[in-house]
Amino acid sequence: MIETGLPILLPFVLIIALLFSRSAVYSKWIGILGGSLNMVVAIYLFSQLRQHDVLVMQMGGWAAPYGITLAVDYLSALMLLVTALIVLVIAIYASRFIGDKPGYSKFHIFFFSLIMGVNGAFITGDVFNFYVWLEVILLSSFVLITMGAKIEQLEGGIKYMTLNLIASLLFLAGIGLLYGKTGTLNMAHLARILNFDQQSILMNTSAMMFFVALGIKAAVFPLFFWLPASYHTPNITVTSLFAGLLTKVGVYALIRFFTLFFVQDVDFWHNLLLIMAGLTMVIGGMAATIYFETRRILSYHIISQIGYMIMGLGIYTPLAIAGAIFFMIHNIIAKINAFLVMGIVSKIKGTFYLKNIGGLYKERPFIAILFIIPAFALAGIPPLSGFFGKFILIKAGIEDKHYIVTAVAVLTSLLTLYSMIKIWNEAFLKKQPEATHLPPKVKLGISEVLPSVLLALASILLGLLAAPFFELTLSAANQLMDSDVYIEAVLKRIE
Amino acid sequence: MNSIILQLAAKYLKILFLLFALIALIRGHNYPGGGFIGGLLAALYIVYDSLAFTSQQIEKKLRIHPEQYIGAGLLCALLSFIPGIYSGSSLMKGVWLSLDIPVIGVTKLGTPLLFDIGVFLTVMGVTLLFLFTLSTKR
Repeated sequence: MIETGLPILLPFVLIIALLFSRSAVYSKWIGILGGSLNMVVAIYLFSQLRQHDVLVMQMGGWAAPYGITLAVDYLSALMLLVTALIVLVIAIYASRFIGDKPGYSKFHIFFFSLIMGVNGAFITGDVFNFYVWLEVILLSSFVLITMGAKIEQLEGGIKYMTLNLIASLLFLAGIGLLYGKTGTLNMAHLARILNFDQQSILMNTSAMMFFVALGIKAAVFPLFFWLPASYHTPNITVTSLFAGLLTKVGVYALIRFFTLFFVQDVDFWHNLLLIMAGLTMVIGGMAATIYFETRRILSYHIISQIGYMIMGLGIYTPLAIAGAIFFMIHNIIAKINAFLVMGIVSKIKGTFYLKNIGGLYKERPFIAILFIIPAFALAGIPPLSGFFGKFILIKAGIEDKHYIVTAVAVLTSLLTLYSMIKIWNEAFLKKQPEATHLPPKVKLGISEVLPSVLLALASILLGLLAAPFFELTLSAANQLMDSDVYIEAVLKRIE
Repeated sequence: MNSIILQLAAKYLKILFLLFALIALIRGHNYPGGGFIGGLLAALYIVYDSLAFTSQQIEKKLRIHPEQYIGAGLLCALLSFIPGIYSGSSLMKGVWLSLDIPVIGVTKLGTPLLFDIGVFLTVMGVTLLFLFTLSTKR
């Protein structure tokens, strides 16, 4: 299936087009057009999954263990779909928040190279190729984070780069060990070799390398320090984009690797995952309570919510994995929306500090509604998407008798709710503090509000259509738990 | 530096760099060399000029902006994927064309060469972009 390569090829074509166009007006429209095309590609690939279990393409026509495989199963297709939604939304949002600001003229080029990396990471079927996409993501995100060249951006960018390079190093070392032991890096081939291997103790060294590396990428406790150090520095468009996609690549890889080929020592690994998940949830949630800068609060929440996804992987039943996928998709949408609304708020009030913001509910009730939807979705209030994500995870936890981590998950929801109420009280309900310097009154255009409205609708729809959507995530989870289908699809010889 | 000897020498000697870059590019398929090395050497073609003159002067004289070199390089790489789609079921599949050119003999031209030209142009563009950015005072 040649179409399988489209999620990588399309951003590549867009980058070329952007390199030749010299005007900011064109890049804005190329961005929006590219976002829409990417959406079409993602929907098309998803619709193809009705006929095939797994879409497979062998790059360069070299059959599976020798060449690089691209494979799209339900998990990949769902991730591509939600990424496409984010790309479209951020492209619209960027047209006003990036626009033609000086220093941001190359934004769209690196935006699409980041998307190329993210899409590539979601569809590749080869561990080394996955590493390459991680590097593509890392390089473009480093440029995006320092774009604008303020001192604190450079500081945040260097912390981000350093810790992520350590992750890359460990990941590469893990790849080396894995290759030395098995002689292959194709994921399906690895699964076939390792699943018949009794010497799992030898695998644990490379599994631990992967675990730590991907743990840094996914920002789990105690490896998350790069995230709060850097996410509050760049332009809000960039922060929103990162908040949604970067850590989720790490979570996606953890789910993929620890269901496909690191399954020899389930007791050890999945207990470790559960412990990490519990700590990540609590510590992220608690750290968020002490801050009064909206981007920092929301950054710590990213960490806290990574914990839920890892918890789903740690419980390791089809229901729990379906819950983790459901939660991940809900979280990408709601989290980005929360950041986008905070961008709008900062545009109105000129600051991200809650102490200097107030009275928004009276001034702009519409923005207040836009905030309350992602906030309640994140906190898990029915009928929004977050409730169902948490509900599935908690149900899976109780069914499989993991009472402690389930209790932690429930209690962390209260912490999330507390932080959201804090933002609500400070920014929207309390009176505008006097003696603060307000920017002149801004008129909000459609390109500022539309992204947020779209994502809010997505959050509501995900809640209202939770049952059919849960069926989808469950079939993704079943495909992951029963890896034979994936392995067969990749390893069959091409005709 | 303002040396008339260097300036005059640069005018003629720089062509050698370009020639050597092309040789490195083409022989790279069977021997050491290739698009990356070739691209670096081709960048020297312009860097050598900027030693004799100033890099600002050279940047003004360039008809093609380094970014467009990068764009052209990526475009070449993209074009090299396409023949594979028609010949088989896969992207990036190598497709070879046998040509009987007088004097040189039977020459095999293929998509890997096109891809390598893409690498060549991209590396050249990136190197020049580094040069011009680093030599600009802000």
